[in-house]
Amino acid sequence: MADSKELKQVLTGPIISNNPIALQILGVCSALAVTSKMETALVMTIALTAVTAFSNLFISIIRNHIPSSVRIIVQMTIIASLVIVVDQVLQAYAYDVAKQLSVFVGLIITNCIVMGRAEAYAMKTPPMMSFFDGIGNGLGYGAILLSVGFVRELFGNGSLFGIEILQKISDGGWYQPNGLLLLPPSAFFLIGGLIWIIRTYKPEQVEAKG
Amino acid sequence: MASNKDSFVRTLMIVVGLCFVCSMCVSTAAVLLKPTQNENKLLDKQKYILSAAGLIDLSKGSVDKKEVLSTYSKYVEAKLVDLKTGDWVEGVNADTYDQKKAARDSETSFKPVNDIASVKRVANQVVVYLVRDDAGQLKTVILPVRGYGLWSTMYAFLAVEPDLNTIQSLVYYDFSGSGETPGLGGEVQNPKWVAKWQGKKLYDAKGELAISVTKNPVIAASEHGVDALSGATLTGNGVQYSLEFWLGEEGFASFIEKARKGGLS
Repeated sequence: MADSKELKQVLTGPIISNNPIALQILGVCSALAVTSKMETALVMTIALTAVTAFSNLFISIIRNHIPSSVRIIVQMTIIASLVIVVDQVLQAYAYDVAKQLSVFVGLIITNCIVMGRAEAYAMKTPPMMSFFDGIGNGLGYGAILLSVGFVRELFGNGSLFGIEILQKISDGGWYQPNGLLLLPPSAFFLIGGLIWIIRTYKPEQVEAKG
Repeated sequence: MASNKDSFVRTLMIVVGLCFVCSMCVSTAAVLLKPTQNENKLLDKQKYILSAAGLIDLSKGSVDKKEVLSTYSKYVEAKLVDLKTGDWVEGVNADTYDQKKAARDSETSFKPVNDIASVKRVANQVVVYLVRDDAGQLKTVILPVRGYGLWSTMYAFLAVEPDLNTIQSLVYYDFSGSGETPGLGGEVQNPKWVAKWQGKKLYDAKGELAISVTKNPVIAASEHGVDALSGATLTGNGVQYSLEFWLGEEGFASFIEKARKGGLS
């Protein structure tokens, strides 16, 4: 087991300083699609974290046996199997949410974060650390998803987790919801804004010009 | 080690072994979870049938599973209708009948000539739900309809009174793929919009289909009009065409005609 400092770095690093969405700009597609509600964003985060953690774990366990000529296919097979299992579990135990997430659970297979971590980290790191790296990156992904989902659901629909916070005019209240926030392009602005904030706070993330 | 790992036989062994283990995991999960998933799907459908019949209120959030099952079995009866003749089909359990499967099979389905709602294929025999009250009196007839909106095929239950003219509600319960745009076309599920259908009449005095999803406020206020959703023209058209198709000649027309003559008891 590695020392606790490294563990902490692996777990919390991806949340701000090495965020998969904000710094590496991976996995943006699903971040646009599932963030119109907190509930779907949360379930998507859990699903992605589970897949990344376990795919990292299994790939790391067999990393010394994977032939390098077919390593991407081997990684994909493991990831795809895990995604199908997660999808089946969601359909069995969280049917309503699974219905809303629809194709996006299946699309975790092509989520660049999962592949990226498998290729960049799990292929050369022991299993336990790889597992925690997967969790850490899932948390980083989740941090962005939930912040975006918070703004989109609160100001787009006046609610959080489906509970009404700002009463809409159409329901007899005072709040005029911003319909743009419910559409995927709004997530672009919000993610862009988040990246701007993070890079102002941590200027070393800004790419060199040229 | 490195040269050994990349040898042809070793590669083949690893790949085959991995595929075997992965397929075992996937199929185990699929088989073990299948009963729970089917239960969920059925429950979900029954929930929306009850909601279309006005027996439960979905807007209050989660509903009790047992309540759905007991209410459904107490008041709702599923029956099969032959679309061409409009007669009841006896001897088939309508609760376990798989209409989606029947619609895919060319033996048990037909291709509509005038496919305005892009339904592609329609099963020859379709399920209709009859809802009775405590006294056993027929209260609601629920006709399942479907049609293509902007992004997806939209599935709905059209609940009408036993006169087969007055609408009780139109409840959208499922969408293929990722569904309609949330906030725009997705508003077909908004309880406020669903409520607009209540009490509207499908047919005019001459017996012609007159219901219309419209932007014209005068028609929308009449008994045949429903105010269209703003920003969702194509979804609204999809709703309109779904109704026109399913109430038309290739839909429930002959069933409705027979039922009017008193075949619904």
